[in-house]
Amino acid sequence: MGVIFNILMRNHPSTLAAATTGPLQGRSHGLLLALFCLLVPFLCFLFWKQHQPPPVASEHGAGIDLMINYLLAAVGGLLLVGHAILAWFVWRFSRQDRVTFRLATVRTEWKWALVPVVLMLLVAEGGVLVFGVPVWKKFYVAKAPANALTVEVTGQQFVWHFRYPGKDGLFGRTHVKFIDDDNVLGLDPTDAAGRDDLIVNGQLRLPVNRPVRLRLRSKDVLHGFFLPSQRVRQDIVPGMLIEVWFVPNQAGQFEILCTELCGLGHHMMRGLLQVMPEREFEQWLNQNHS
Amino acid sequence: METVQTIERTEAFESPWAGGVSPFKTSWQKLMMWLFIIGDALLFAGFLAIYGFVRLASPSWPNRAEVFHLELIALMTTALISSGATMATAVEAARRGHWRMVVRFLLLTLAGGLAFLGMQAYEWSQFIAAGATLQSNPWGVPPFGASFFLITGFHGAHVSIGIVILLITAVRSATGRSRAGGLELAGLYWAFVDLVWVFIFPLFYLI
Amino acid sequence: MIPTPIGNATPHATGFWRRYIFSADHKVIGIQYYLTAMAMALVAGALALLMRIQLTWPGIRLSWLGKLFPAGMPGGVMTPEFYLSLITMHGTLMVFFVISLALVSGFGNYLIPIQIGARDMAYPFLNMLSFWLVVPACLIMLGSFFVEGGAAAAGWTAYPPLSALPQAVPGSGWGQTLWLLAMALFIVSFTMGGLNYVTTILNLRTKGMSMMRLPLTVWTLFFAAVLGLLTFPALTAAAIMLLFDRHFGTSFFVPGGLFVGGEIVPHEGGTPLLWQHLFWFLGHPEVYVLLLPAVGMTFDVLAAFTRKPVFGYRLVVISLIVLTALSVVVWGHHMFVSGMSPYLGEFFTIGTMLITVPSAVIGLCLIASLWGGCLRLTTPMLFAIGVIALFGTGGFGGIFLGNATSDIFLHGSYFVVGHFHFMIGGVTLFAMFAATYFWFPKMFGRSMNERLGRIHFWLSLIGFYGMFLGMHFLGLNGLPRRYYAFTQFEILKPLQGMHLWISISSFLFAAASFLFLFNFFWSLARGSRAARNPWEATTLEWTVRSPPPHGNWEAEPPQVHRWAYEYSAPDAARDFTPQTVEPDGAMAPK
Ligand code: HEM
Ligand SMILES: [Cu+2]
Ligand SMILES: [Cu+2]
Repeated sequence: MGVIFNILMRNHPSTLAAATTGPLQGRSHGLLLALFCLLVPFLCFLFWKQHQPPPVASEHGAGIDLMINYLLAAVGGLLLVGHAILAWFVWRFSRQDRVTFRLATVRTEWKWALVPVVLMLLVAEGGVLVFGVPVWKKFYVAKAPANALTVEVTGQQFVWHFRYPGKDGLFGRTHVKFIDDDNVLGLDPTDAAGRDDLIVNGQLRLPVNRPVRLRLRSKDVLHGFFLPSQRVRQDIVPGMLIEVWFVPNQAGQFEILCTELCGLGHHMMRGLLQVMPEREFEQWLNQNHS
Repeated sequence: METVQTIERTEAFESPWAGGVSPFKTSWQKLMMWLFIIGDALLFAGFLAIYGFVRLASPSWPNRAEVFHLELIALMTTALISSGATMATAVEAARRGHWRMVVRFLLLTLAGGLAFLGMQAYEWSQFIAAGATLQSNPWGVPPFGASFFLITGFHGAHVSIGIVILLITAVRSATGRSRAGGLELAGLYWAFVDLVWVFIFPLFYLI
Repeated sequence: MIPTPIGNATPHATGFWRRYIFSADHKVIGIQYYLTAMAMALVAGALALLMRIQLTWPGIRLSWLGKLFPAGMPGGVMTPEFYLSLITMHGTLMVFFVISLALVSGFGNYLIPIQIGARDMAYPFLNMLSFWLVVPACLIMLGSFFVEGGAAAAGWTAYPPLSALPQAVPGSGWGQTLWLLAMALFIVSFTMGGLNYVTTILNLRTKGMSMMRLPLTVWTLFFAAVLGLLTFPALTAAAIMLLFDRHFGTSFFVPGGLFVGGEIVPHEGGTPLLWQHLFWFLGHPEVYVLLLPAVGMTFDVLAAFTRKPVFGYRLVVISLIVLTALSVVVWGHHMFVSGMSPYLGEFFTIGTMLITVPSAVIGLCLIASLWGGCLRLTTPMLFAIGVIALFGTGGFGGIFLGNATSDIFLHGSYFVVGHFHFMIGGVTLFAMFAATYFWFPKMFGRSMNERLGRIHFWLSLIGFYGMFLGMHFLGLNGLPRRYYAFTQFEILKPLQGMHLWISISSFLFAAASFLFLFNFFWSLARGSRAARNPWEATTLEWTVRSPPPHGNWEAEPPQVHRWAYEYSAPDAARDFTPQTVEPDGAMAPK
């Protein structure tokens, strides 16, 4: 023990020369560092093989995946090249003991600066303009088609409520003063439009391949409505009514997550999304309205 | 990879600098005061931005002409602006070394500032008497009262601090311990307090 | 108040208190800041380890901790509210009280005057005041763990209504108030520091030290200070208003019609999004406040250990200007899915993709600085190369998040956690280590242990990549951040293997950090004596003895004749030419 300690602690160099001599110094560290730099992109690749987004299950989701995959490929390529260059430099220049290049001329500097400028403009800015903006427009800017089903989503510490408008297609008015144990959303009992509203707790049922418009509201604090497979994410802001729409194109059962910190139970604010064939969906809706 | 040595580049960095108080030919005190003022101005800008945001988000906003006594506000504004002018005179006098005159004009400035604060206190008391609080007010949406008290209060606090500074400067000038540089700093601060009011006044009371 | 061009140092104090505690000497203050940051790092790091333990082994019982936090960990099992306090306090402490304090306030105070040839900061007393405001801020932050309800729990971003309503989460009681107070003190202190930095750098440079001769450390600290001065007011205004919302019933950030904890909330008329805008107007530039000095110090270290000038000094300065300007108009990239207008989203995407350009230019200059050098792989140099690697890896992650379209999937996930740890955690920590190993001989007159330093480097590097590279890919799976446990969702359960890997890496990193602490204090007492200029570097601080005397220069302040990176100058006698060396025949153009 004491010997190891002594060996470890003896090395207090007080000059540059002293700091760069001795075992495991200089070249060997350069080689190790270079290897490490090469390892990083490789590790990224390994991780990526294991960790990918869940299979996409909505129409616009394919566009988001395209954006992500483009970035993975382009940026991943840059990552590889960047780390390879770093590795090469570290290895190469830790093996010489004389400076071989000192100052670039102003022109050379500017010429080299063009490389990252052009690369970033092409890869980052170009990528977003070509792949990103159209999907963004489709998800956020475009209006939902006329045949869209409308469902209201209400976030509450720590449950989800879903409300279907009923046969009249209208949501009844709500007000906070009507909220109690039996009336979780505070439906106004005097509003006829609310009589046939269907309120479901924790489970959202949707027909497959039909556009759905979600009206997102919160009863208390911020929440985040996240459907990983459908690539739908939208924060819910109390005091605002936010709408998003999408087309689920895979039937099946999925999970709904909350992704904006909302308090103690944030980690268990789980909902279920059931995407079902249109016929089944209508059946379910009719059964529950009667 | 041959050795490239560019004398050209080394020369490019040969711009000599004499040291001293440049680049703005100001003392560090004055520079620091300016920076402080910029920062403080941004703080007011933050408040005014919040005010604008909340106001735009509100369904309605009370009619200012009904709520405020615009004559009183005009008087307040006049008092503050004239105190700015007397302060400028005091600074100028200090630069020329007329210390008696400095003291006289500082006292005038103080009077202007105190008059402003007095009228503001009166305005606040009227508001509170009418039932306005931070939570609510008789004229409209709650943020109206809250932003009124917060923003005018924050400015009023600046005026009060300014008055303390002026008092100290006046005493020091009267006893011959002030310098022109110090007066200039106090003058800068006072001008800033004036200027902020020039923004608050239209944004809050007129538009 | 006579304008004094140079002689700003207060008279040399004698007694212990005036010399080491209430000192106005920038070097003492710098070291005080650094040690404070170190203490806070211990706390913030311990919190992080607790979080990792909980995430990897949910519900594990740590009885001995139950005694320290009877409310947060009853019987040693962590409650969800305590976990939320942990992330909040870890984030806040790390950003504001560790990295800001160590890099900007600590090294900033120590290095600025001495690198520009001044005797002290422009206003030493203000400087001392700013340190003594941070101390109560730290104590209040730490103390908030022990008040009723525990420390703040709304995240370091403190989004209302969660942070505004005490009934929404226990930490939003006294904990959040104390958080706001401590932040207010911190902001005041940081603003005072910033005033001093900018003034000092502009006005107190010694003869010959023109702006384009400044070391990049000083340049980057300058822009960090400018950014701080420009953007902290937004958070100050917001924090004041949040305090009013919480305690005086105003409603700037709380809308009407809320129902929390079984009661109607009496507020009416506010907008929660307003806070997010104001917070990120500061929050985004704040990451540059942390990042820029880290990069600047890395350049200084690189130059000294490649024995050649940095590549593209001018490019770096220009990029810094562009970066500073752009960084105040991209805050919305934190709010793509917040409910803000989608048109704003497009605007912020395009702005953010633009800001990758100056960042990438700086990256290029970092890498290219190695070209042609003769690398001396000492501990500071290893850490500096580590900074380059981290800057590269982490920076590429930012391209995914600044792009609104991919951010729809990645927002609020562990991808974000991985990314920002690389940038404001890794780049800054590694730069801080590089700077510590580099300037330690100057600050304390003794050298640090090289061998331990190298071991520290390798463990840190492996540990760091292990932790945060993995987190990116958890984010790609959709794993949300700020979750107390990942036990409730079927899609999150299969990821537990990666969590174990991350936690093991974090233990490795923690172990390495203790090695560093040991090295630091051991060398303080036992390190061999350092000469004036052990690294044979060119900047001014190396021309005085180690540690430098009060007032920095025994005689007159030095006169500067050349830029900061005159390494391996042709025809010079040695491979470095300090800035003070007068040009002679050898330097004249041929
Ligand atoms: C070195 C060891 C570190 C470890 C193991 C670590 C670990 C973590 C973990 C587990 C989280 C919480 C993730 C979640 O549940 O959402 C977190 C959050 C965070 N960390 Fe670290 N961290 C470290 C260092 C740092 C450093 C150096 C910084 C410096 C800036 C930093 C800044 C943050 C911030 C800002 C957050 C976000 C807090 C929030 O969500 O409000 N961390 N860290
Ligand atoms: Cu939540
Ligand atoms: Cu940002």
